[in-house]
Amino acid sequence: MPFTFSIYDFTGFTQWIDTALRSACSPFWAVLWEMVIVGVLFLAFYAVVGLYLVYAERKVCAFIQNRVGPNRVGPYGFFQTIADLIKLLMKELIPIKQADKLLFNLAPFIVIITSFLALAAIPYAKGLHPIDLNIGVFYIMAISSMGVVGILLAGWSSNSKYSLLGAMRSGAQIISYELSVGLSLITICVLAGSMQLSTIVEGQRDLWFIFKGHIPAITAFVIYMIAATAETNRGPFDLAEAESELAAGFHTEYSGIKFAFFFLAEYMNMFIVASLAATIFWGGWMPLHVPGLEGFNHVMDFIPPVLWYVGKTVVIILIMMWFKWTFPRLRIDQLLTLEWKFLLPISLVNILIMAFIVLMGWYIGL
Amino acid sequence: MAEEIIIKEADEQEISINMGPQHPSTHGVLRLVLSLKGEIVNKVEPHCGYIHRGIEKMTESMTYQQIIHLTDRLDYLSAHINNGAVCLAVEKALEVEVSERVKVIRTIMDELNRIASHQLWWCSFGMDLGGLTCFFYGLRDREKILDIFEETTGSRLIQSYYCPGGLMADLHPNFQTKVKEFIKYFRKILPEYDELLSGNIIMMERAIGMGLLTKEQAISYGVTGPSGRGSGFSCDVRKHHPYHAYDKVKFNEVLRTEGDTYARYMVRMDEMRESMNIIEQLIDNIPEGDYVAKMKPVIKLPEGEYYQRVEAARGEFGVYIISKGEKNPYRMKLRSPNFSNLSSLDLMARGNKIADLVAIGGSLDYVIPDIDR
Amino acid sequence: MREIFNYLKSVFFALKSLWTGMKVTGAYFFKPWKIVTQQYPENRKKLQMYERTKGELVMPHNEKNEHQCTACGICQLNCPNGTIEVKSVTVETTDGKKKKVLDKYIYNLGMCTFCGLCVKVCPSDAIVFSNKFEHAVFNKNKLVKTLNKEGSTLKKGAE
Repeated sequence: MPFTFSIYDFTGFTQWIDTALRSACSPFWAVLWEMVIVGVLFLAFYAVVGLYLVYAERKVCAFIQNRVGPNRVGPYGFFQTIADLIKLLMKELIPIKQADKLLFNLAPFIVIITSFLALAAIPYAKGLHPIDLNIGVFYIMAISSMGVVGILLAGWSSNSKYSLLGAMRSGAQIISYELSVGLSLITICVLAGSMQLSTIVEGQRDLWFIFKGHIPAITAFVIYMIAATAETNRGPFDLAEAESELAAGFHTEYSGIKFAFFFLAEYMNMFIVASLAATIFWGGWMPLHVPGLEGFNHVMDFIPPVLWYVGKTVVIILIMMWFKWTFPRLRIDQLLTLEWKFLLPISLVNILIMAFIVLMGWYIGL
Repeated sequence: MAEEIIIKEADEQEISINMGPQHPSTHGVLRLVLSLKGEIVNKVEPHCGYIHRGIEKMTESMTYQQIIHLTDRLDYLSAHINNGAVCLAVEKALEVEVSERVKVIRTIMDELNRIASHQLWWCSFGMDLGGLTCFFYGLRDREKILDIFEETTGSRLIQSYYCPGGLMADLHPNFQTKVKEFIKYFRKILPEYDELLSGNIIMMERAIGMGLLTKEQAISYGVTGPSGRGSGFSCDVRKHHPYHAYDKVKFNEVLRTEGDTYARYMVRMDEMRESMNIIEQLIDNIPEGDYVAKMKPVIKLPEGEYYQRVEAARGEFGVYIISKGEKNPYRMKLRSPNFSNLSSLDLMARGNKIADLVAIGGSLDYVIPDIDR
Repeated sequence: MREIFNYLKSVFFALKSLWTGMKVTGAYFFKPWKIVTQQYPENRKKLQMYERTKGELVMPHNEKNEHQCTACGICQLNCPNGTIEVKSVTVETTDGKKKKVLDKYIYNLGMCTFCGLCVKVCPSDAIVFSNKFEHAVFNKNKLVKTLNKEGSTLKKGAE
């Protein structure tokens, strides 16, 4: 069908910047300046989104609990997180005796860098896709697996028995649930026929994958939501950090800006996981099209794709926050039972069903 | 907050850990010394006494009217019920007959207090398990009961409303309407509690089959109240030794036989419904009469020993007075339900994990000032 | 085969129970009119406490600056922990009899347990509980209050 939303196409804009830079200086410097621009934009994006996700969580939590949430610092408490950030920055960085200093200082950076790297591969709008690898999904999975290293390093180098315990538990949890995340993403790659994220988004032009691959796609979505919540140590799976029984988890010994890094990385991980779900299951920046209703599709196209992307991500983030504030916590053995005895077998069977459906052509739409 | 004393790490890798006096999950200042083997609990040793205030000794220098305000502060979540125990003991000793109005009002206040106490138990149980919204829902509904108390008695938590011979003041004119409104409201909200926590698969996995206490063990440890009734031990003082107006109302004693955390949980949820039934039967028929009987200004109990037991929200609360004919008791001993309940924590927690210990403690619902007095 | 069926049934039961829980909290998220928080310092003008709230002990004085305390000291005897101290002086009345008259009525708000015994036993209804509740001070000595005002006298006919 014709490309009806060319006014929202950012490729023209980015091409213009590229040609302007290349005409102004040598190709090496042009590419370098482009990388600097993108890097600075991402840093700003990361910081702002991280801060406002914390604020949003506090407000959502408050509304669910029949109370108001932060409402005094700034209008509707808008600047509350900034005040918290300033307080954290001014705190004393307590050096631990006999802690492995290199690893202790390295761990928060590893966690932040991996979430930063994953942010670069997600399509935000047509033409606003920083790195379009042909193994996009695989790349994101690989990068998020590296985050576990940061957590284990943090627990080990703190030289405290409880940090180590918390880090081991968290590590086991994340490694187990990565399997389910990967398998549910593979289900959709089977449907789409490729791992490249831009192809996946384009392939949802007629209908989003969650509707196209009916039963297996919905099952994959549910499994993905549960597994992704567990991967980011959130929600009912947060025993590693909210363990009010004995220890406060792997980041007990961190204070000040390093603690802020862990905290921020957790919220950004949630953002990445949510935007991945929005891209792969709900169509990314592609508006909702129904095959056959041309008028409806034209109306939907008027809403800019960036808004579609942001809206879908926000809805999925709200669902994840909804999980956290409703359910009690799982114990570690129940968590691992859930993964290995329930989610994994169901994902495997699901892939078989999806492959069968793709072969027989029994999906809705083209 | 959590220190570590390694006792015999060499042979069995068993470590001894303090769940110290300041801890978010032990509700109050209680020190639990746990012996852990990996994650399994081998032994739990409670060390209490951090909030011992010498209440029993203080009562030896106070008159009987002044003792009432001390019993409030024992198990502060069943303040009215504890007051009732001392008042009944004194009235029994002096053979004073209180009017029907007083009995009915005392029953209604006791049952409202029981509902408020169970609401607070529900909030903190949900919070211990990790579902933080339960805390706010329970407290929001408890505020309505506290408003009713404040209108009549003047205080929310610690009221000192009863006195030997009757009540300190008569009911506020709005009392009946407000209680009826509350019952209508709460009957609609209680299914929400069930939907949120009781039927939840996560909570059921964590509670069913954990912390088993058989009926014989409950009887031998003296575990009374909802914790004992969850194991099948029929120990409701309101049924076996009725006081106030309990012999005139119809209600069921909630019993379950499984003896695990889930059974204790469901006993308390059902008890809230039974309390509402009791209040509904009484609220429209409060008889007219005096709110206080004629008593001498200085109360002197005749020589002898007197015992009175009541059903507090957590178990059987007993008051034992030895009097030598003076205006102060010679010795007053308080049988606290939480002390006996806590002694069964060791038995129930063995072989379970640390996370279960928190859930079991929450289902026992102990209030530390009652243990230490 | 039956085991697979039980397995799937347990999965559906679990998901259904989770969904019922989520419906409860989700419903509250979309109903901001049910918020129960009161914005305290801003709503002070409209705040009304119940009349029987035990906030602080006061000695009501009428327009002629008269109170009803006869300095009998019964409240001091009945107070469980020595919160009240009644200071009286002996004066000669017009008929030559010696009478006790209230000099200072000292009440320690920091020690009061609000049991209400003093109000109950007072024979002349001189003291009552008021419902003012904002008592925070920076210096504990400010909590020791003298309840009878300057230059007040006993109301005629109160005994």
